[in-house]
Amino acid sequence: MKKKWLVRCVAASLAVMMTAALAGCGGSKDSNSAGGKTVKLGFITAYTGPGAAYGQAMKEGVDLAVEEINKDPNTKVKIDLKTYDTKLDKTEAINATKKAIEQDKVLAIEGPMTTGEVMAAGPIAQQDKVVAFTTGGTGPDVTNVGDYIFRNAIPGKLAIPQTVEKAQQKLGFKKVALLYSNNNDQMVGESKIYQQVFAEKGIEVVATETFADKDTDFSAQLTKIQAANPDVIAVAGLYQEGALIAKKAREMGMNQPIIGNNGFNSPEYIKQAGAAADGTMVATPWNPERQSEKAQNFRKAFVAKYGHEPDQFSAQAYDAMYIIHEAVEQSGTTTDRKKFRDTLAKIKDFEGATGKFSFDDHRDPAMDLDVLVIKNGKWTPLS
Amino acid sequence: MFFQQLINGLNLGSAYAVIAIGYTLVFGVLNIINMAHGEVFMFGAFIGLMLVTHAGCNIIVALIGAMVGGAILGFFLEFLALRPLRRRKVTHLAPLISTIGVSIFLESLALQIWGPQTQSFPAQFEGSLMDAGLFKVSTIQIIGFGTAVILMILLTLLLEKTKIGKAIQATSENIETAGLLGINTSRIISFTVMIASALGAAAGVLVGLSFNAIEPTMGMTMGFKGLAVLIMGGLGNIRGAMAGGFILGIAEVFSVAYGASSYRDAVAFGIIILILFLRPEGLFSKKGKGGRP
Repeated sequence: MKKKWLVRCVAASLAVMMTAALAGCGGSKDSNSAGGKTVKLGFITAYTGPGAAYGQAMKEGVDLAVEEINKDPNTKVKIDLKTYDTKLDKTEAINATKKAIEQDKVLAIEGPMTTGEVMAAGPIAQQDKVVAFTTGGTGPDVTNVGDYIFRNAIPGKLAIPQTVEKAQQKLGFKKVALLYSNNNDQMVGESKIYQQVFAEKGIEVVATETFADKDTDFSAQLTKIQAANPDVIAVAGLYQEGALIAKKAREMGMNQPIIGNNGFNSPEYIKQAGAAADGTMVATPWNPERQSEKAQNFRKAFVAKYGHEPDQFSAQAYDAMYIIHEAVEQSGTTTDRKKFRDTLAKIKDFEGATGKFSFDDHRDPAMDLDVLVIKNGKWTPLS
Repeated sequence: MFFQQLINGLNLGSAYAVIAIGYTLVFGVLNIINMAHGEVFMFGAFIGLMLVTHAGCNIIVALIGAMVGGAILGFFLEFLALRPLRRRKVTHLAPLISTIGVSIFLESLALQIWGPQTQSFPAQFEGSLMDAGLFKVSTIQIIGFGTAVILMILLTLLLEKTKIGKAIQATSENIETAGLLGINTSRIISFTVMIASALGAAAGVLVGLSFNAIEPTMGMTMGFKGLAVLIMGGLGNIRGAMAGGFILGIAEVFSVAYGASSYRDAVAFGIIILILFLRPEGLFSKKGKGGRP
């Protein structure tokens, strides 16, 4: 008797769940048709795992952009965002790309996050003719994968020469030590750009040392660099390691200016390095003090939503979502991937939080960068 | 530069040694590798950091607090992940997997509580730099190295001179015989895992102090280094773990200093392979004892 009751109970709850699910389906359909057209977009990033600090920042930027776009009454096409977590794993990036294209049938993808992941997953997007728009892949070969790969990530070839040139104009240094992460594709690539720029400018490289992502002990490398006595220390690495290098160097009594690459440009760098961050220089698309309506509106909305300042990665991810959305509305399609790509490639002088943005003919960003230096714990323009 | 690099190596090596002792103790008694040790180490670092930043403790109190926290974690680790498996007499692989489970759980938990960002001890703990002519050494390096040495001495005294230490040694020799001799082996095992975890947590605080980088995935890399030292020193051999820690630390630093920094891990682990070729049972153990002391 008791058992029968149990079976009935389970059957009844199953039935309730089924109806609820069906009702849920119907409900969402209604809201879609009421709000006009919707476009399915994929967002591939790494918001857990070793790259979580960057991935979280990007996710916050993208989520804010999508929220604003979908709330705006002037929006013609709303965004249905599918987010995938790669945990900074190339295999996961490949799986996420396949899933986005084949299963979720997105129009375009924002991501994957890093150079390594784009190099692994980009060819799949290229083969299936789906746009992959990366905001973090700054390596030299990213857009060589094919004509469906776009980025607003600032490649080292754009950022490093500008930083070195402006820093040398200001400081007139002659000897430099180079320190880079050798298990990170991107940083190895950037170290080569550094070396090329130093050679062009006649700057002598007195020491070249490497470390690995996630290293915490830099005393051996820095002791060696200290003995070589350079005027400036150039680093290609992410900000976690960058902050530790700056701290250790200052602790050892080395007060040379530090030239950083893209990876340094986060409020976290200053937070983690503290007073040791002073004298660090980077080129950046995101200047929080930029006096433009777009930049300041973004900053205000971001702080209101998350309670902390946005960094470069949030700003670029936010802008990328707006650029993709702009191209969707201009192209007038939510399914034609080829037409979308061609429209995206023609985006010109798009005014975003990071300033005026256009693609060059290689789908890399063509934009002005600011070189900033840290003074008393604050990014200030170098001049 | 030689002495400066030697100081750097000793500083790094002392951290490896304290971590490796934790592995060694557990291996010696239970014959299993505790894969969650690296994460206990990470939790220790965070507990120390929280005590300093939120409770305003000084560093000694924070270190002791972290060790107590680590011991509590160790108790639950043993009670929840090891004891139930031991009762059922499953293979040695099962506790390995269950501790991997604990390590993933702890890492995710830390990510939830403290977030993915790297944190560090406040600036007043950075210490001043002392110039000894041949080399410079910071107060933090002295504290780190000194604490590691004191902990190793205390552990040796505990194992050699006290009743409970002798009971641990007996249990590690043969668990059934120890049980027959009236030792409560279950309690001894629990106690050993707690000591090992307290040492792991202390190492976490020391590493956090010396290298200023505390984050949820820090346990992984350090854990692997500790494992390497465990093998090199001889499984379950505490002196071997101490010496092995210093050898690995100094080898890493010197391969950067006099070779190329790109080959650091290759050289350091190359040395370990070489040592294992020459002495497969580990550096400090006698033959035929499977690495036991």
